[in-house]
Amino acid sequence: MTGLGSPGVVPRDDAPRGVAAREAAGRLDVVVTGTSSDAHTWNLIYLELLLTEWGNRVTNLGPCVPDALLLERCTARVPDLIVVSSVNGHGANDGLRLIAAIRESAELASTPVVIGGKLGTLGDGSAAWGPRLREAGYDAVFDDSVGVLEFHGFLEKLRAEARC
Amino acid sequence: MAQSTRGLAPTSFGGFVRAAGELVVQPRMGFSSPERMRRGLDATRAADATTVGTLTIDSYTRVGDLPAARRALDEGVDLNGFPLVTHGPRRTREMLDGVHGPDFPVQVRHGSAAPQDIVRALTAAGLHATEGGPVSYCLPYGRTPLKESVRNWAESCRLLTDGVGDGAEPHLESFGGCMLGQLCPPGLLVALSLLEGMFFAQHGVRSVSLSYAQQIDPEQDAEAVRALRALAAELLPGVDRHIVIYTYMGVHPATRSGARALQEAAVRLAVRTGAERLIVKTTAEAHRIPTIAQNVAALEDCAVTARHTEPGAAARDDGGSEVYAESRALIDAVLNLGSDLGDALLTAFRRGWLDVPYCLHPDNASRSASFIDERGRLAWSSIGSMPLGHVATARPAAALTSGGLLEALHHMAARLDLGELTRAPSGEPYPIRDGAM
Repeated sequence: MTGLGSPGVVPRDDAPRGVAAREAAGRLDVVVTGTSSDAHTWNLIYLELLLTEWGNRVTNLGPCVPDALLLERCTARVPDLIVVSSVNGHGANDGLRLIAAIRESAELASTPVVIGGKLGTLGDGSAAWGPRLREAGYDAVFDDSVGVLEFHGFLEKLRAEARC
Repeated sequence: MAQSTRGLAPTSFGGFVRAAGELVVQPRMGFSSPERMRRGLDATRAADATTVGTLTIDSYTRVGDLPAARRALDEGVDLNGFPLVTHGPRRTREMLDGVHGPDFPVQVRHGSAAPQDIVRALTAAGLHATEGGPVSYCLPYGRTPLKESVRNWAESCRLLTDGVGDGAEPHLESFGGCMLGQLCPPGLLVALSLLEGMFFAQHGVRSVSLSYAQQIDPEQDAEAVRALRALAAELLPGVDRHIVIYTYMGVHPATRSGARALQEAAVRLAVRTGAERLIVKTTAEAHRIPTIAQNVAALEDCAVTARHTEPGAAARDDGGSEVYAESRALIDAVLNLGSDLGDALLTAFRRGWLDVPYCLHPDNASRSASFIDERGRLAWSSIGSMPLGHVATARPAAALTSGGLLEALHHMAARLDLGELTRAPSGEPYPIRDGAM
């Protein structure tokens, strides 16, 4: 699990409450990660809280994650979903390289992977990079102009599939 | 322009700032191409303001991924900063030639927990001012173990003091007043700034600056800067020093009026507390990496605001403020852990005596957490093991959910974009100057 263990910050996932407890069967194992060159963390902390509150089990790899470390952690225990988040402007560039490495790994070839945040340096991430990132292998691209609802919808679809 | 002071060499960054006679303003600026970087520095120098230049390093260089920086340059991929090491000393010297000098010092800003290559490259290029710190360039920014960062920064202090040629005084700014940018209660920010400044001094740096990043409440911020100044006077005797304010480093207002109101509040904070330097943001901040013109407009706007702001009372006693009490408690605890500050910092983090809220680094205890209280000030919902029990009351019920965190992160931007804070305390609207911004 993550180093973000403050009792005031994250409800621990070994103590599911409310909706989380009821839906434990549909709970997804989610890895949240920054990209190799991105040191930002608020996006990762928010995503961890959000995904945990939505009843999922979250492993937060933190910022500046080298591709090899992500691959090592994810192939050891194949998650239901990998969420790549970046806001420093190198996200699309890092993300293209990363997804190629993920898809080359036999264990992770079909693992759902999404990317989101501020993906380019010019504030036009989704329009400029979305198609390329999807083509390269991401299952969805959530540029920061997209609200959290679409992400929630994506998650619910995955959970529904997981229950089938 | 500035003259040297207190016996510092004329090409001292610290000497320039303290002799400037008005608030020195500085952009956050870095471009991949030497030509554009040069244009940025020229424009900063030519701005109608007392300025220093900035060479912000790209984030591949920051994490030591030099092959990626090389590849990006070869493929023409735009970087988010100047790849100092990859361009190398000769190209950097050419870029700086005729712009960098005693009347326009340039500071290298990066964010590396292993900055040896960057320090070697900057001294080889004839530069002598940079920023960082063993804690503040490690915990918020990556995966380097704190122990390695302490070692790296001790070595970097030596490389800086040994590498700078005759006639220049190496300068190091502590980034400790900015940990994670926002939602860190000021007592901890002030303590970290001071402890890093003392670490630099312990490793031979004779000219330092101490940073503090604007948070969410002007009065709490003013208490923080006054505490920083008072503690620096006590704990850094004989060291050339000044205080640098960072314009709000959290989520930035998306509207022009909101961004300007926030920037003006930062200028007033700096002038009223007697801070000597200000890191400026632009109205484009929420949307993109700003252009040169946007940077220059922001610098000039800040200079105008500064010239119209009354300085505060000089020597206000701060022994009684909440921020002073918290900072003092943390600093005293760390200093009591031993005479080697690097070791003391490591022990303090291992025990959770220093504990940065919302920090994901494995060497941070992550048992502290903060929230925005009913007065609109940053406060603790959990102090973990920090020795603050006698000066602060933690309120566990105030712990943030994801929605609460998002709201707290957007607290300033939301209020400013709604126009709530765009009036001066007198109730008069701030004068609107329709410049180039």
